[in-house]
Amino acid sequence: MTALLEVKGLTAGYGAAPVLHDIDLSIEQGQIVAVMGANGAGKTTLLRTLSGLVKPTSGEIRLDGADLRTTKVEQMVRRGIAHVPEGRGVVTELTVDENLRLGGLWRSDKADARKALDEVYELFEPLARRKRHPGHQLSGGERQMLALGRALIGRPRLMLLDEPSLGLAPRVIAQIMALLRDLRNSTGMTVLLVEQNVRSALSIADIGVVMSLGRVVTRNDAATLRTDDELRHAYLGF
Amino acid sequence: MDRFIFLTFDGLSRGAVYAAFALSLVLIWRAARIVNFAQGAMAVATAYAGYSVATATGSYWLGFAVALVGGLLLGAGVERVVMRFVDHSSPLNGVVVALGLVLVIQAVLGMIYGNEFRPAGAPFSRDAFVVGGVALLSRFDLWVFAAVIAVVALLVLLFTRTAVGLRMRAAAFAPDVSRLLGVNVGGMLTLGWALAAAVGSLAGMLVIPTELGLHPNAMDIVFVSAFTAAVVGGLDSAIGAVVGGVIVGLLLSYVSGYLGATVAPIAVLVLLLVVLLGRPGGLFGSVKARAA
Repeated sequence: MTALLEVKGLTAGYGAAPVLHDIDLSIEQGQIVAVMGANGAGKTTLLRTLSGLVKPTSGEIRLDGADLRTTKVEQMVRRGIAHVPEGRGVVTELTVDENLRLGGLWRSDKADARKALDEVYELFEPLARRKRHPGHQLSGGERQMLALGRALIGRPRLMLLDEPSLGLAPRVIAQIMALLRDLRNSTGMTVLLVEQNVRSALSIADIGVVMSLGRVVTRNDAATLRTDDELRHAYLGF
Repeated sequence: MDRFIFLTFDGLSRGAVYAAFALSLVLIWRAARIVNFAQGAMAVATAYAGYSVATATGSYWLGFAVALVGGLLLGAGVERVVMRFVDHSSPLNGVVVALGLVLVIQAVLGMIYGNEFRPAGAPFSRDAFVVGGVALLSRFDLWVFAAVIAVVALLVLLFTRTAVGLRMRAAAFAPDVSRLLGVNVGGMLTLGWALAAAVGSLAGMLVIPTELGLHPNAMDIVFVSAFTAAVVGGLDSAIGAVVGGVIVGLLLSYVSGYLGATVAPIAVLVLLLVVLLGRPGGLFGSVKARAA
């Protein structure tokens, strides 16, 4: 298989001091990859660099072989990359329906954008009941549904998810994770998942990547990582 | 009683202009979180351009159109050339730059047109219809109401019913998220400034004929009233701007009618002070504290 996303020697950060050092990462079409690590490991910066919010100082980012470094942030979604940022990125001042429609405004295929919107309402029934409610009235779980749903309206090839489990009840986390796996199975979507909740992330991931202090320290099958006691103690804390 | 009715109608027509001008301040505040103190000077600059064209061609409406288009261009230009390069980490930076713009624009206008009042004609008669011995509204007042209602309606439609309006709101509330969803945030900011400045130009074209005429400082006092109207309404709210405008218009009319015109500017400042002390968020200000 050829890699959908290919990252080589990526160094990036804010100002002069790099946060990411020489990152290599290869993700194949349809994989779920979990990036784990402690606070400050550079997980969020990795996602922000992939979606163009942070400009790399050196290294390569390729999607399907095409260089992404010069692509503007607002063009990423047209390349098939959906980035659901930390804190979920719901525009709290807009209604549920407005948030979702925002996810499809860039699409030229308006008919399919409308179809995708209907599908999201079917998938997330609580959102359909609260179409006219502003985002700030939603619960944490509903906001995660909204952010995920909004990303799905773009029918992305690669979904970048930053801490989707943050602040959610265990039952809701399990639902979200199961949904991600189902989506991957049904659409072939590739998922790069950043998580502190290692158990949840490894429960659905094919590949686990462990970061520490801005470097990738381990990349292995999720099944192997689940049983690697030494690694779990050293980097993942459980 | 006749006097009260007269003053009420006078206050409403003044209020409509303040509402339009306050709306232009609200538009920029919502798009960029800047109180554009240069709005008055920008409106005067486009009014000069409009009246120059009107005088040269003999067509008021051509001049009127030039003023509004000039507002769009000037607003976009100020954002692209000046405000985009201001460090917005402190809210005062934008304010200081805007005040600097006021000085520059007024000085340039003075150099080109001179610092004297020039006549600014109205497109409709300003003679009021007299009903039962009371002078109520003039044709010009009706034009002011119609223009302000039309612009409010158009803005409401733009923001609530169109894709561009949704993009503009999203870009203002959450720039990074909007960019990730494909919104050209910089473009939306430019558009917000352009629209706001055009609405400010409209307000200028509506108010200048009712005052002493064209002058580089013609909008200074109007700006204070409109700023008060915007703050009374909550700076964030379009409805608030309209309600604030009417409140300020009525207050000015009653105070100058019953207490004398010299007291009126003080009354506006007292109102501003009372609102800031009693309800700093304004009447329609949005709740700042949000649940996580």
